[in-house]
Parts: sequence; structure tokens; C-alpha cells
Amino acid sequence: MGELKLMKGNEALAEAAIRCGADAYFGYPITPQSEVIEYLSEQNPYERTGMVVLQAESELAAINMVYAAGAAGKRVMTSSSSPGVCLKQEGLAYIAGAEVPCVFADVVRGGPGLGTIQPSQADYFQNTKGGGNGDYRNIVLAPASVQEMADFVPLGFELAFKYRMAVCILSDGAIGQMMEKVVLPEQKARLTEEEIKAKYPWALTGRKRGTQHRVITSLDLDSARMEEHNRHLQRKYDEVTKNEVRYEMIDCDDAEYVFVAYGSSARIAQKSVQLGRAEGLKVGLLRPITLWPYPTQAIRNLIDKGVKGFLSVELSCGQMIEDVLLACNGRAKAEHFGRVGGIIHTPEEVLEAMKKQIIGE
Amino acid sequence: MTEEIIIAGFGGQGVLSMGKILAYSGIMQDKEVSWMPSYGPEMRGGTANVTVIVSDERVCSPILNAFDTAVILNQQSLDKFEDKVKPGGYLIYDPNGITHKPTRKDIHIYSIEGAQLASDMGNSKVFNMIILGAFLKVRPIIDNKNVEEGLRHSLPERAHKLIPLNMQAVQVGMDNIKAEN
Repeated sequence: MGELKLMKGNEALAEAAIRCGADAYFGYPITPQSEVIEYLSEQNPYERTGMVVLQAESELAAINMVYAAGAAGKRVMTSSSSPGVCLKQEGLAYIAGAEVPCVFADVVRGGPGLGTIQPSQADYFQNTKGGGNGDYRNIVLAPASVQEMADFVPLGFELAFKYRMAVCILSDGAIGQMMEKVVLPEQKARLTEEEIKAKYPWALTGRKRGTQHRVITSLDLDSARMEEHNRHLQRKYDEVTKNEVRYEMIDCDDAEYVFVAYGSSARIAQKSVQLGRAEGLKVGLLRPITLWPYPTQAIRNLIDKGVKGFLSVELSCGQMIEDVLLACNGRAKAEHFGRVGGIIHTPEEVLEAMKKQIIGE
Repeated sequence: MTEEIIIAGFGGQGVLSMGKILAYSGIMQDKEVSWMPSYGPEMRGGTANVTVIVSDERVCSPILNAFDTAVILNQQSLDKFEDKVKPGGYLIYDPNGITHKPTRKDIHIYSIEGAQLASDMGNSKVFNMIILGAFLKVRPIIDNKNVEEGLRHSLPERAHKLIPLNMQAVQVGMDNIKAEN
């Protein structure tokens, strides 16, 4: 059992990075995730574990520092919020092409453009479908509590290094800013240079006389090799899809109608389930924990068990609904409901939308 | 037991820190808690509010539209949240600066002269602790010893010498809250 604290989601993410033995954090402040770099600066983890924390001159610089440190086999992380994550997309595409492991958190705010500083989930497309160029994927984890903000950092690093790819922790202003109880894990030591060399034969750890030089790049002008590289990436993504789908089901056993929601919307929809059940409605909640890979099969299994309709609830104008519709493939009704612009839907209006849009009169 | 609370007032009144102390005190009493602020421009002088939930069960939605108790510290917040108290719920307000008093008949209404009492104590900073005391008198969901523990955990060590003064303010709040209906 670790240490029990009351923390903001952003602070829990930062503390978890220190405790799981991260080597470096490079970032640039932006509301509503500035607490991450504030907390790290205040804690000065260099003295605790040797972890480097640096406020870069821009988001572009930060993501390229991540690219370099990850290429050296280091556990490296960055975080930002929506407009800042846009600036990092070029770097993330390079990281995907070069197969560099890293973790980045996006504490989403309303858009498009500078938008608003209030919570939003309208960056689902950007993070699950790829915001940069080329055929690539990032694993996307969606925390729905302060505890998961902490838990998904070590999980993120584990997956990032297992598959040599970027892992996105897709949060939002509500989960980042709220305080809840969190149990923090024990401090783990950072890997030594020797351990990195032994574990990650691909890492750039300094060439010695007589050893082959290693190259980490996203560039290859040989078309045949580049095609094979793309095929290799796709095989890797297939593996991830096979092994890493995560989700939670609440009150789905006898459900006829199911909310599909992640992050803060999942917390709200959970209350809608309680309110609906109190009225005698057979409603449940499917909470995707990985947004890529998506729990497509879980939705299909629910349809096989008799679920008649789904309401995709998201602080957006309707993004995740596309994945729900693909999963349904015409076999069950599915629609979107969500408030935007920084307004957060209430449990009552989410339940009302389910009744009106899905259950009907 | 689940108590869903909104605390609302001006930025600078200690609304967010009162919520934090309440949440930490809840943890000390082995409760599940959540603390969800409104943030951003509101925090810089406008209205500030925080939703605190203290419960025996895991908290689902930290964002609510209806509350068991509203703690109201200015007119704008009264206008915004009076209607959001559940029937049979509680509304506690400081009459200082209130021009239109609460009118609902289906909720319990209490007043606490927090600003005046803080000024009488010679320290405007204990205002929010007086309000917290008033709240705990009406809704005794947390023991005083756990409030003290909550303070110890939420204040930095250098401020621990102020804990007795803060607990005194809690007592002043408990002693001076008045039922209005």
C-alpha cells in the first residue's frame, strides 16, 4: 500500500512520473495543465531521483527533446493542452516513424484554435486518428479519475517500451483540475545506463570502436524499405489491438441501453446510470479506457447480449460516436450527445438525452 | 451517507481552500471525496465556486446540477445556486452584501455573519473557517478532530502554528449560525 493523498489530477500525473523512475520531463505551460510543470519544478525531482525537468522555449522544442531522450532509451514524458498538442504533432509523427517510446499527456480544453481554457473532449480525433502525417497510431489511455492520472503514467511507459511507440494520456480540464484521493506507488529507481543498454538494444547509447552504428530516423528514401517499414508498423499496431484493449463495464449485465463515455464524461454518465436505474430504466455504462485500440468487440458483445441502443457521451460535437457506429455496424442504434465550448453536461441532461434520442417514447 | 455541496463566492474569500480543507477532513474520516473547482478567469477576482462531495461510497460524477447544501457568500452565487438546492436541502449564506435574501420555502435556510465575525476576531483570513464551522454545525458530517487533521494535511508546515486560531474560528462559526426559517 502506497501513500494516500488529496491531489489534483495534474499533480498526480507529475508525482507518478517521478515515482515510476522517469528520466526526464520536457514541457511548456498552458492552462489547464500548467500544474504538471509547476508541481515538477517545485518538487525538484533531480535531487530525489536525478530526473531532469526542463521548461523548453516552446512546445516544438519540448517534443523534439522528448524525441532525442526517447531515442537514447530514456523514460521521457511531456504534457500540454490542446493548442500546445497541435504544435507537437510534427514531432509525434517523427516519433511514430522512428519508433521512439515516450509518454505524453493532453489535458484537453475547448477548441478549435485557442478556444477556451475550460474542459473539453473534442481532441478525440486528433489523438486517436493521428494528428500528424502518415499511417501511424498512438496508444491512447483515457483516465477517468485522479487515481488513473497517476496509474496511467507507469502503465504508459510500460506500453511505450513494449511496443516502441508514443502513448497518449488523454485527459481533460475537469480530470486535470479536480482533487480526489490518490494512492501513490513507492518510489522506483531510474534505470542505470547499463540496464538501458541491456534492455534496449536499439537505443542510442554511444557507439564504441568495433560496434555497429545505430540509426533512429523516420526518413528512408528507399521505397521498398519504406513500404516494409510501414508494413512492420501495421503489424505492430495489430499486436497492440490484439493485446491492449482496456475498458470497464458498469451495470451492463442486464442493460438494454448503454452509455459509452470516457474520462470526465464517464464519471457523469455513471451518475446518469444511477438516476436511470432509480427510475427503473435498464441502463448501463461502457467506459473505454483505451481509446486506441478501441473496445469495438465489447460493443459487439453487448449487442449480442441484447443491448438495443448506445448513447455516446463526449464533451464534443460528436467524435467518438464514429467508432461506436463502426462497432454497431447498423445492428443497434447509436447517437451522440455532448455539450461544448467549456460547458459540462450534467447527469440529468445526459439521462434525458438517452431517453429522448435512444429509448424513445 | 453522501453530501453534495457547492461553495460559492468571490475569488479571494477562500472558497477553494475551504473546499480543500473540507475534502481533506473527509479523507481523515475515511470518506470518499471529490473537489471540483470552477477555474480560469473566475479565479482572478470574479465569482469562484467549488463542488465538494463527501461520501461513504466511491464518488461518480464530480460535476453536479443539484446539491444537498449550498454555501453562498455573495449575491451572484445566491442568484445562481438557490434553485440548485435539492428540496429538503440546506442553504447557508453570509448576509454581508446580500440585497435579495433567499426566498425558497422547501429548503432549510441559515445565515452566518462570517465577514463581521472574522473582523471581530481581528483576522479577515479566518472568514472561510468561520463559514466551515457554520456548515459543520448544520451538517455534522465530520468530527472536529478530523477537521484539525484535515488542516494539518492541507496547510504547509510553516502555517501549522495557525491551526489553533483556525479551529477557534470553526467554533465561532458553530456558535453563531442562525436558522432563518
